[in-house]
Order: sequence, then C-alpha cells, then structure tokens
Amino acid sequence: MLKEGAIESRLVAGPLVVTTWPRSFLLPPHSRGKLLRDFNQSTVVVGHGYASFQANRRSLISFSDDVSLLVVLIDTNPFFWSTSSSSLNFHQFVSHVLVFLDLIVRLSQLNQIVVIATGHNTCDYIYDSSLDTDQVTGEGELPALYSFVLQRLEEFVDKDEKLGAKQEGLSEKRASSLLSGSLSMALCYIQRVFRSGPLHPQPRILCLQGSPDGSEQYVSIMNAIFSAQRSMVPIDCCYVGSHNSAFLQQASYITGGVYVKPQHLEGLYQYLATVFAVDLHSRSFLQLPRPAGVDFRASCFCHKTTIDMGYVCSVCLSIFCKHHDKCSTCGLVFGKVQSDAASDRKRKVPES
Amino acid sequence: MNNSEKKRMNGEAEEENEEDVEDEGRDAWERTYTDERSWEALEEDESGLLQPIDNKAIYHSQYRRRLQSLSATSAASRIQKGLIRFLCVVVDLSKAAGEMDFKPSRMAVIAKHVEAFIREFFDQNPLSQIGLVIIKDGVAQSLTELGGSPEAHIKALMGKLGCAGDSSLQNALELVHDTLHKIPSYGHREVLILYSALSTCDPGDIMETIQKCKKAKLRCSVIGLSAEMFVCKHLCQETGGSYMVALDEGHFKELLLEHAPPPPALAEFAIANLIKMGFPQRAAEGSIAICSCHREAKVGEGYICPRCKARVCELPTECRFCGLTLVSSPHLARSYHHLFPIEPFTEVSARQLELSRVASKTCFSCRESLLTPGTNKAGPCAACTKCKQYFCLDCDIYIHESLHNCPGCESRRITPAAASVTMS
Repeated sequence: MLKEGAIESRLVAGPLVVTTWPRSFLLPPHSRGKLLRDFNQSTVVVGHGYASFQANRRSLISFSDDVSLLVVLIDTNPFFWSTSSSSLNFHQFVSHVLVFLDLIVRLSQLNQIVVIATGHNTCDYIYDSSLDTDQVTGEGELPALYSFVLQRLEEFVDKDEKLGAKQEGLSEKRASSLLSGSLSMALCYIQRVFRSGPLHPQPRILCLQGSPDGSEQYVSIMNAIFSAQRSMVPIDCCYVGSHNSAFLQQASYITGGVYVKPQHLEGLYQYLATVFAVDLHSRSFLQLPRPAGVDFRASCFCHKTTIDMGYVCSVCLSIFCKHHDKCSTCGLVFGKVQSDAASDRKRKVPES
Repeated sequence: MNNSEKKRMNGEAEEENEEDVEDEGRDAWERTYTDERSWEALEEDESGLLQPIDNKAIYHSQYRRRLQSLSATSAASRIQKGLIRFLCVVVDLSKAAGEMDFKPSRMAVIAKHVEAFIREFFDQNPLSQIGLVIIKDGVAQSLTELGGSPEAHIKALMGKLGCAGDSSLQNALELVHDTLHKIPSYGHREVLILYSALSTCDPGDIMETIQKCKKAKLRCSVIGLSAEMFVCKHLCQETGGSYMVALDEGHFKELLLEHAPPPPALAEFAIANLIKMGFPQRAAEGSIAICSCHREAKVGEGYICPRCKARVCELPTECRFCGLTLVSSPHLARSYHHLFPIEPFTEVSARQLELSRVASKTCFSCRESLLTPGTNKAGPCAACTKCKQYFCLDCDIYIHESLHNCPGCESRRITPAAASVTMS
C-alpha cells in the first residue's frame, strides 16, 4: 500500500461547526486523539529504515554547504481554517506539511527542523529535531516524527483554545494569527544556533500562513524582517489563504526569500518539495518563482488607503494623504516652534 | 616630581602604583600584557581542548550598564528623537593622524571604523544624509556632498587617505556651517568631528565660530584620539553635543557607533513639518527607460517618481527633476522601533528563578536551558515586566539591540478590555 512519491490521505473530515470559537475545526467534538487515529489509516509515503537515519545522524561531523536549518511556522488559526472555502482543510494541510518535513530530514542527515505553531492567542514550539527528548522511536506504521508532531499539535490547539475561552467573542471577521510572535521566536532560536560555534547549518524560515495580515502587528513584523535581513536569514512564504499577504511579500522581498501563493492547493506538497526544499546554496542554480509585483506603497494613517504621494510628519514619521495642521500621532503642530506645554514636558538639559 | 612623592600625594595607595614605578618606561600597550595577563584566563578541559572563556556574564553586565545609562537619560515619557538627520563627519587628517599609537596608524583605524559607521548609520536612519569633510594642511575641504548613498562616501574616503600639515578646527566649523545652513528646517543638523591633533591653527576667533554654530542649531560632537582639549570640550558644551576621548581601538569603535542611533532631540532644535514624500512603484518587468541618475537606458527594475514619472534606480533618493523625496514604506518602518521602544528586562537572580514556579527552566524564545551548564542550579536570566516570561541573557541582548520585539509580549493576544486594565 505504500507508494513512492505520492500522497493519498483518507482522513475523515469532521463537520465544521463555527461558533465564536471554532471548536471543531480539527476534529468532531466527541473524539480526542482522533486526528492521530485518522492519520494512521492514511497511506503516506514512508521510507524504509527511517529509524536508522536517526542513529547515523550524529556520527558525521563535516558540514557541507548545503546543510540547512529550517524553521517552519505553521498557521493553526482556527478562524481561518474553519472558514476557508478552498479545497484544503487542516487535516490535508498537515499531512502535506508532515511529508515535506520528512523530505527535508532525508535530504541530508545533518538537516535540522524546528516547527513553531502560530495560533490565535499564543505561539509555541512544536518540534525540534535536535533535541534528545524529541527523538522518539515509534512503532507501527507511522514514523516517529509524524505521531509526535500530530500529538503536540493537538495539545497546542487545545491550549490555544483555552486561552481564547476567557475572552468574549470576536467581532471582527478577519481574525489574524500571531505571526510576529512566532517570527520573533524563530529569530531568537536562529541566533542561538549562530552562537553555538563556527560549524552550523544555514538557517532559513518558512512561513506557512493562511490567515490575513493583522494591521496591529505591522511594526513588530517589520522589526522582525529587518532583524532577519541583518542576520541574513531568508524568510520564505507559502501563502494558502485567499488574498495575497502584503506583509509576507515584503518579508520575502527584503530578506531575499521566495513568496509563493499556490494556485492548486491539492498539490501543496509539490509546491513545497520543488520550491522550498532547496537549500540556500543550491538556490543560485535554480530559477525559483519571482514575485510578480511587490507593493511598497504606504497607506495613510487617516484613511488606510494606499497612496502614491503623501505628507510625512518629520518627528514621528506618520503618513498623511492631505495637509493637516496637527499631527494626530505625536500631537505636534506643524510649521512653528513647539508650544510651551509640549516643550516643558519634553525639555531636558543637554548633558555635557 | 618622582614617583614616591606622587604616591604620597595620592593618599590611598592602590596596587597599581607599585607597578607604575617599574613600568615607567613602558608604553600603554606593553602595560596591558604585564597587567592583565590574558593568557592566564585560558583553561583546558579534560581532553586538552581549549575551553571558551566564559565572559558572558561580564559582557551582559556591561550591556546592562549601557542600557541603564541610556534609559536614565531618556525620561519615562516618550522623548522625541531626531529621525531625519543631516550629519557632517569631519575627519582630521593632519600630521597627528599619522601617529602609530593606534595600530597601524590612527588614520587607518579611523577609515576602517568610519566605513562601518556609515553603513550602520544608513541602516538605522534611512532618511538621513551624510557629508564628509577632511582637514589637511590647515585647510578644510569637503570630500563629498550631503547624500544618502553609502558607497559613494566610502569610496571617496578610501581614495583620499594621506595625512599632512596642521589641523584647523575653525576652518572645519566654518565649512560645515555653510554646508548645513542650506538644509530645510525639519532636519536635525549634526557634526561629528574625529580629532587626532592636540592643537588647532585658526585664522580668526574660534569662539565666534562656536557661537555662530550654536545659533545655527548645529549639534557638534567630538571624538578625540589623543587627549582632552578645552576648545573641543567648550564646543560640545555650547552646542549640546558629546565629547569623548577614545582609549584604544575597541573603545573608539564603541564611541563611534554610539552616534549611529538617533540622539534625543530638543524640542526647539527642529520644527515639526509635514514633508511631501512620494512612494514610487516598481517599474514593470520589461519596460525600458532612461534612468535619471546614470543617464543611460535600463530595462525593468527601477522606480517611477509619482509626480514627474522619471525613473530612478534606488531608494531612498530625491528625484532629480522635480525634487520630490522618494522613499518606500520599509524605509520609514526601519525607524519605527525608535518611536516604540521596548522596556528593558529586569534581571532575575538565580535564587529567584529557582523559587519561581516555572515548569521547565528554559528561555522562552530560544528554548535554551537556563540552568548553569553542568549543574542543576539556575543561572542568571532576565524577565520581561509585561509578559513575565523568562529569557536567557543572550536573547535579552539580541532582543534589545536588534530585534526590538519582545517574543513573549508578541505571543499573546491582549483584548482591548484587558489592555485598558493593565494600562491603568
């Protein structure tokens, strides 16, 4: 029943019941652990001798230039997955991603994977291939990697839900996930890898995102992008949502990563394997998808419309589309020396 | 007077005085070998390999002291920072710059670090401009005009490294004053003088020039490489800049890079203005146009000025034909972290960490164990005041110096109701 290079997942899709907190976007409400059992019944590519790969991994000490550390940020935002009308539901998405992770591990014994989940109320580490505690030897048909990740994902979704239960229902239709949190955690982890010594794999970040951009996270995401640019860590993105994500397009452009919005989501694994499995050194030999057009225009603070030409406050750099007398962000009046109240509050004696 | 008299006059006899008697004939660099003996700090582990020196704690305490001093100078309320800066860097290339107390010579060290400074400056202040001035043979010359492209400045500086003659502070200040007088009122005018000489050879009254600069609201800072001079100190005091003297190469680099982030702005120094800026779109892939900077035909890959439709090659820049400042939103976003800084983390002693009820003692962001390696005891760490998560010392430094986001605060969602409760 095991076919090379093909995925057939016969997961049972639970009914999608959308309440203020979409409870059953993962699985029917009466069964816990069903995700794991459902997955067991699927036919997924499994190589032989997987366990032996784990054992041999640490005996090699030479790092060639195509060894990579891949940090995968998986979007588990239930507000997106329960309402997505595309042909991909969360089960299928996870199955594509798991096979992709397996592929990365098998491309080189020194490759490392870290999986971080981006939820609606929190973010957390799911899997770290270099940790001893995560090296579970599994028995049965499924490799240890799959069962471990699935179990941790379930626990994470439960935790995410519990944290969200304390709040009242969200009124906004486009609920975003906490992308800035997981990006920051990924970058801190990569800094730790840089500190570990002269021999380390080349790190990159892969964002599997479907939720729309949250405008309140703009500053934090841009901070993370500039920090990634400084550390020369590319941020790739495979966007499975409906409209393009401007933040992630900018992230990929600025850091030198690849942004792909797959047109046929049933074949997500193929996109992942052909575009994102390539290590950084080999990318110079391949023609990867180029962005069609990255929109760098700014949006004005008053109407949130994108503008071609605007006015920028010289103190706080807020953008306006028309000439104003007063800056709404920093409260300063334009064109004249500050009023007494403002200068008294902010006045300080220059230190010599 | 001889050394024994010096010792008596000092009052408290410190240990170093005894060694001073012997080291009278030695230079400062030789004294670092006799005093510090850095080779004794090396240790070997059981297999004979050298163990890395654990100066993590020292590095972190230095970092924290720097952070405390920075937060002490800026008040609790958000202070304005001068984000649009016009900085003139004055490099003293007089005979004193050929001295060899900085290896290989002061001039080489200055050039190397000024290059790093220029790159860091444009990284942190994308909307600002730098101009280079050199002092040679008692005359000040303007090496490059005020511009926003780092490569042009670096190339010009590296081509003109030769030292001769006297140094003249007044001529430099006059030149800088004329250059910076013409810039618009919303920009912050700054001067950074890298002074190696011990004297200045001026044609007129330098105090008058200093008053002229003060009236023009130039903020002059000086980094001295030889010794403290009164005229530099007076200049910095009058104009509100900072005067520091570098002790060695590492210290010089640190002092220089301190001028890269925007300084706190006094309210009366710059007038808030609305600056008209354009946000150009990228030209279509296959389009051919003559670019306005190189005057040659180019294919694709450029930006189109929204007002006059001229093609420019890179941003940020000023359109050559209509004079509109062209930027892209990431350039503005690069400065937002100065406006929304994160609070410094509080230090958590090992004892407090052990007493806390955290299940797994790992850093929240990088999952590194917070226990001292090899033992089961907790090591020092830092905690965020808002989200109460624990972070290791290295993550603390990375978060505050480069990332400017607290991962703990970003990983939780605060509803408006909860936010108003915490803010009150």
